[in-house]
Amino acid sequence: MTESNPKTISKSKSPKEEDVRIGLYICNCGINIGGVLEMDDMIEFGKTLPNVTLCKKYKFYCSDNGQAEIAKDIKDGLINRVVVAACSPRMHEPTFRRVLKSNGLNPFYFAQANIREHATWVNMYDHEGAQRIAKDHIRMQVAKVRKLKALETIKVKVKPSTLIIGAGIAGMNSALDLADQGFKVYLIEREPTIGGHMAQLDKTFPTMDCSSCILTPKMVDVSRNPNIHIMAYSEVEKVDGYIGNFEVKIKHKAHYIDQLKCTACGACVDSCPVICANDFDLNMGPRKAIYIPFPQAVPGQYTIDIDHCIKCGNCASPSICEPGAIIYDEEDHYSTLKVGTIIVSTGFDQIDPTNLKNYGYGKYENVINGLEMERNLSSTGPNLGKPVCPSNGKPPHSVAWLQCVGSRDNREGYHPYCSRVCCMYAIKQARQYKEKHPEAECYIFYMDIRAFGKGYEEFYESSSHDFGIKYMRGRLAEIYENPDKTLLLRGEDTFLSQPIAINVDLVVLSTGVEARTDATNVATMLGIQQTSDGFFMEAHPKLRPLDSLTAGIFMAGVAQGPKDIPDTVSQAKGAASGAAILMAKGEVEVDPYYAVVYPNLCSGCRSCINLCPYSAITFDESHKVAYINPIMCHGCGTCVASCPSNAIEQNHFSGDQLMTIITDVLGGLY
Amino acid sequence: MSEKSVDKPNNFEPFILAIFCNWCTYTGADQAGTSRMQRPANLRIMRVMCSGRVESRFIIEALKRGADGVLIGACHIGDCHYVNGNHKTVRRLPLIKEFVKQFGFNPKRVRLEHISASEGAELTEISKEFVKELKSLGKNPRSSNK
Repeated sequence: MTESNPKTISKSKSPKEEDVRIGLYICNCGINIGGVLEMDDMIEFGKTLPNVTLCKKYKFYCSDNGQAEIAKDIKDGLINRVVVAACSPRMHEPTFRRVLKSNGLNPFYFAQANIREHATWVNMYDHEGAQRIAKDHIRMQVAKVRKLKALETIKVKVKPSTLIIGAGIAGMNSALDLADQGFKVYLIEREPTIGGHMAQLDKTFPTMDCSSCILTPKMVDVSRNPNIHIMAYSEVEKVDGYIGNFEVKIKHKAHYIDQLKCTACGACVDSCPVICANDFDLNMGPRKAIYIPFPQAVPGQYTIDIDHCIKCGNCASPSICEPGAIIYDEEDHYSTLKVGTIIVSTGFDQIDPTNLKNYGYGKYENVINGLEMERNLSSTGPNLGKPVCPSNGKPPHSVAWLQCVGSRDNREGYHPYCSRVCCMYAIKQARQYKEKHPEAECYIFYMDIRAFGKGYEEFYESSSHDFGIKYMRGRLAEIYENPDKTLLLRGEDTFLSQPIAINVDLVVLSTGVEARTDATNVATMLGIQQTSDGFFMEAHPKLRPLDSLTAGIFMAGVAQGPKDIPDTVSQAKGAASGAAILMAKGEVEVDPYYAVVYPNLCSGCRSCINLCPYSAITFDESHKVAYINPIMCHGCGTCVASCPSNAIEQNHFSGDQLMTIITDVLGGLY
Repeated sequence: MSEKSVDKPNNFEPFILAIFCNWCTYTGADQAGTSRMQRPANLRIMRVMCSGRVESRFIIEALKRGADGVLIGACHIGDCHYVNGNHKTVRRLPLIKEFVKQFGFNPKRVRLEHISASEGAELTEISKEFVKELKSLGKNPRSSNK
């Protein structure tokens, strides 16, 4: 284990420093760069830099013509290293590396100076400042490219299996798509059943499909698919590894019922004396302490809610549970999986409107939220599909929906973004109520109706023309409760510029969606990022909307941002495709930014060993030096920075390269 | 030996070497650009994969050669792409500042900030504030006048 220069390092020699001939290409990027910088001055400046053989400008170097120009200069033997001054390397570094590679140059003889995101776009009016920064950024990358070494990418095998976290409509669709292509799928769900929020919905807009009628067949498909392993009532505890080779620790929560023995006969439920709130019905209805969340649950086995169970032993008696499936002292257990890719589809939480005191949610009985109305409208819900006022159990004569509750609200604790589903679900619920009670008055108080999807605008139009739903533009100021528990709504009709005061029997707050309260834990565990609104962050908002910044991890559904069911399903298919591409190929190229120990310099102090978060560094006892496994090294460079003997180098970010950047940009030449 | 307080006019443009980690702050700086958040033209951004890669000699060398300030950008604690590289940077910082003092520079010239990939706005604010602070500190005595 002494070879600290692994075979993956190229045998091709780096050109000696005097042989370095750099082609510097400054991109106008249309007017993004060219409109701010004095390009002629930039070219003159570029020509003065050490080892720059030629310096050119072009309107778009990422275009075919731009790439062809670089390719020609390489093929003509004019240059052997390339610096492109353009956008962020996070955008086009792979593009230009391909140009080098396909023209016989090592792709790592390339550096990109970011003069758009980091210069012209942040100094759009200070042209002089932008010019100064752009020159320095070019100086830095020319310095770096002089010192770069040829490298070979590492090829990593990708295991043909996927972990999907969250089995809502997104996770299920991704699972089916991958399983049908022959990949093994582990579908993790923390609730006892798969299905997610969609199982709680009654009908879906704008087609008025029954939500469970389209969802539950999918759930059955998932459970029957031999390539899908459902792990319900389980949570991911820990994720290690990297693209192609993730190692995942799963916690399987105790059901207190042997899932293999339970025949789902349901006899135990009748025997259970404990009645507690049904969380599937948002605590509006009852359930027993031994339960399945809803009749079509998958898997269909029962679970004991141990917080409410009094362990009376009724269900465990052999006359009730013939297979003897009840295990009161069952404990959580753990398992470990190895997967090649991960899809995160953890969904959303509904915004809690309790702190919006002016609406009185939680204080006034007849103020409910959108999902509660959804359960009320559902034939499997607490009122068997007949919405009533909680105060008297009678159907309301008038109902008002309040839009943008918790979304499009800049106050602390709420969200500036649009939740995208509330307009449509409010219209749908109002229409459903009108279908059942044509005589009832239905009002929707809105800021503006966002009916953006296919068939949505028509649905909205029809709701007022054909169903007589009344739209009032204005955000309500306050809700008051009358002595008879009806509600007085006060606000302004902003079309008429008149104050309004309307009495209604029931108010539905069209609450938006927000990131899961524990989304940060998930992000930390997986090493993925969140945007400022708490949803998971995509690698690029336009071009890589389903990739996380961590290779091999994809996302789908509302976990990435608010969206409706069709968009969620589309994303699920996209995420499945992203994962399948990696797995079908079977291997992936990883940037070789790993660290290397120079054994002749290593003093064997071992201070690097404990610093490595991946246990990639071992101590070679026979030679008394440290050794870094290039496959296990993720290339952070922490060991490099802390080696007291300067005996570790990081590929592509060596001390020499970084120091040259610093000294060159500060005017000194090495 | 330490920097003498200078009461120079503040009309110079501080040179800031910004060392940003690839996953959080560099991406955040890209986001600031994409969102066209305008900031003073003082940051020269050098990319490293992780803030854990930042060596004290980078900072000393930059100051010795006249940089007015060094801004290290790292992920938030708990968000590190490499598990905990940023913890190590945090732990290394007091030592770095000690070196900076021994070399005769004001340790306020070195800053570590945790800026995530979505915090372009924070980066913009921090840059403005740092530029202001460096202007009040005056030029790096070693500066050959940038």
